[in-house]
Amino acid sequence: MTALALQQYLDFAYIAAVVLFILSLRFLSSPTTARWGVLAGEIGAALAIVATLFNPEVAHYRWVLIPLIIGAGVGIPLGMVHMTAVPQRTALSHAFGALSAAMIGIAEFYVGTAPVTRFQMGEIGLEVIIGSLTFTGSLIAAGKLQEILPQRPIVYRGQNIVSLSVLGAALGLAVALVVNPAHATLFPIMVIVALIFGVLLVTPIGGADMPTVISLLNSYAGFSAALLGFVLNSKVLVVAGALDGSSGFILSLIMCKAMNRSFTNVMFGAFGQVQTSAAAAKEERVVRSATPEEAAAILLAANKVVIVPGYGMAVAQAQHKVRELYDALTKKGVDVRFAIHPVAGRMPGHMNVLLAEADIPYDRLIEMDEINGDFPQTDVALIIGANDVTNPAARTDQSSPIFGMPILDVDKAHTVMVIKRSMNPGFAGIDNPLYYLDRTLMLFGDAKQFVGGIVRELGGGH
Amino acid sequence: MPADFISNLYVFILAGFVGFEVIKRVSPLLHTPLMSLTNALDAIVVVAAIIIAGRHETRLTSVLGAIAVAASFSNMVGGFVITDRMLRMFKSGRSKQS
Repeated sequence: MTALALQQYLDFAYIAAVVLFILSLRFLSSPTTARWGVLAGEIGAALAIVATLFNPEVAHYRWVLIPLIIGAGVGIPLGMVHMTAVPQRTALSHAFGALSAAMIGIAEFYVGTAPVTRFQMGEIGLEVIIGSLTFTGSLIAAGKLQEILPQRPIVYRGQNIVSLSVLGAALGLAVALVVNPAHATLFPIMVIVALIFGVLLVTPIGGADMPTVISLLNSYAGFSAALLGFVLNSKVLVVAGALDGSSGFILSLIMCKAMNRSFTNVMFGAFGQVQTSAAAAKEERVVRSATPEEAAAILLAANKVVIVPGYGMAVAQAQHKVRELYDALTKKGVDVRFAIHPVAGRMPGHMNVLLAEADIPYDRLIEMDEINGDFPQTDVALIIGANDVTNPAARTDQSSPIFGMPILDVDKAHTVMVIKRSMNPGFAGIDNPLYYLDRTLMLFGDAKQFVGGIVRELGGGH
Repeated sequence: MPADFISNLYVFILAGFVGFEVIKRVSPLLHTPLMSLTNALDAIVVVAAIIIAGRHETRLTSVLGAIAVAASFSNMVGGFVITDRMLRMFKSGRSKQS
């Protein structure tokens, strides 16, 4: 086979991979075909990798096969993590993706064959900056989600000015390199400055904003891969990067819309701070509370129950007890559904995965827009570890920091029950008027234990 | 401006539109698997890493390339494994009874 013919075979393999990648995402439009999507993606990726191994440029297999084995050795355990750890695994994989894009960009700068033109230098500079900041930013996000780092926003005066100057410095160094690519010593400095910016970018962001941040980092990681495709003139990277980047971008838009906030507000807003002062001056108001026995009796008398899960359910690992509750009530003829707010949990779709893991059929998991009209006909809304996404102040109180955010209209249900540890308004610090309504019963306790208590009263469980 | 750049830009813009149209249709139910799947697909940068590492121009570029191979391949393997695990869990009420 001549070199040219071989090159064409490689190109065809890459084109096939690209087609399979698009099909892969297409299959994901329905849960019934979704697993085909994984298969299509795997075949596409395998084709592209095998074709690349035949590339005559790849002469030193030792440098390729050992890292591949190491990669598989790290990747498989990371694919087997518990479902509650999926958000931090995802953040970590954004970090890996960005790391590899940055490493290749850096290597491309140091490849000695042809001197880098100004245009190429511009591409490489931008690519390496985005890759580096996404790498450290994602590591910080993963650290916060794993609770190695504090989840609350870490803020200080003049933070935005410091962060933006660091970004400016990185871009300035890139420009200096474009003007004179011979100043090679500036290159590693640029990388370090970009790495520092990634840390500064994510440190001030609080846990509740993680769904948006994870989506944004997803989008950055994708676009850095696409830019790398420009640098290397590789269409398969351009396409895969554009798909990943636009996916992350769409998810970020959905998350921002679900919180009624703008990108800039998430990145530079320091959300957590404003709220503490807003919640500080509140008079004592009465709440009604109930025991598991009383809660069970009310649930049994209901025809329609909507359960609203939130991050608190994930923290308490209560999803399996919730499934037992679902089974017990369904057995007694009660119609039970779940209302899923787009930003419930720590990443897009987090609640769906946890509930699916607990074996709750996905046709019982209903999106916000679809279920909100049903709350007036709902007998009991049972809220487990969700707070802000049920706060009616978002509809009525213009002074509330979450005013305008779309919420689940649980306050329209006949009875509202809220499982909560105490009246402390979480770290976000926003008081929730829902808790003081006449129709609201507070169920104080750990989500897992309390739901377990209700299940025992209903005569189910183990 | 190099001709390659222009053709890549075409590809990028078209792929962006395709991505937007395809991903818009993904049910919010599957947003978590969507993210892990696109992560696995994005790890196709492994092919570029294989070339950089395997070409072995200098020790430095091969070391950088090898790190990139390991990082992206772990994403690819892990991404596919966890996406499949998640998707296996999504069962409808009907299929559960049968």
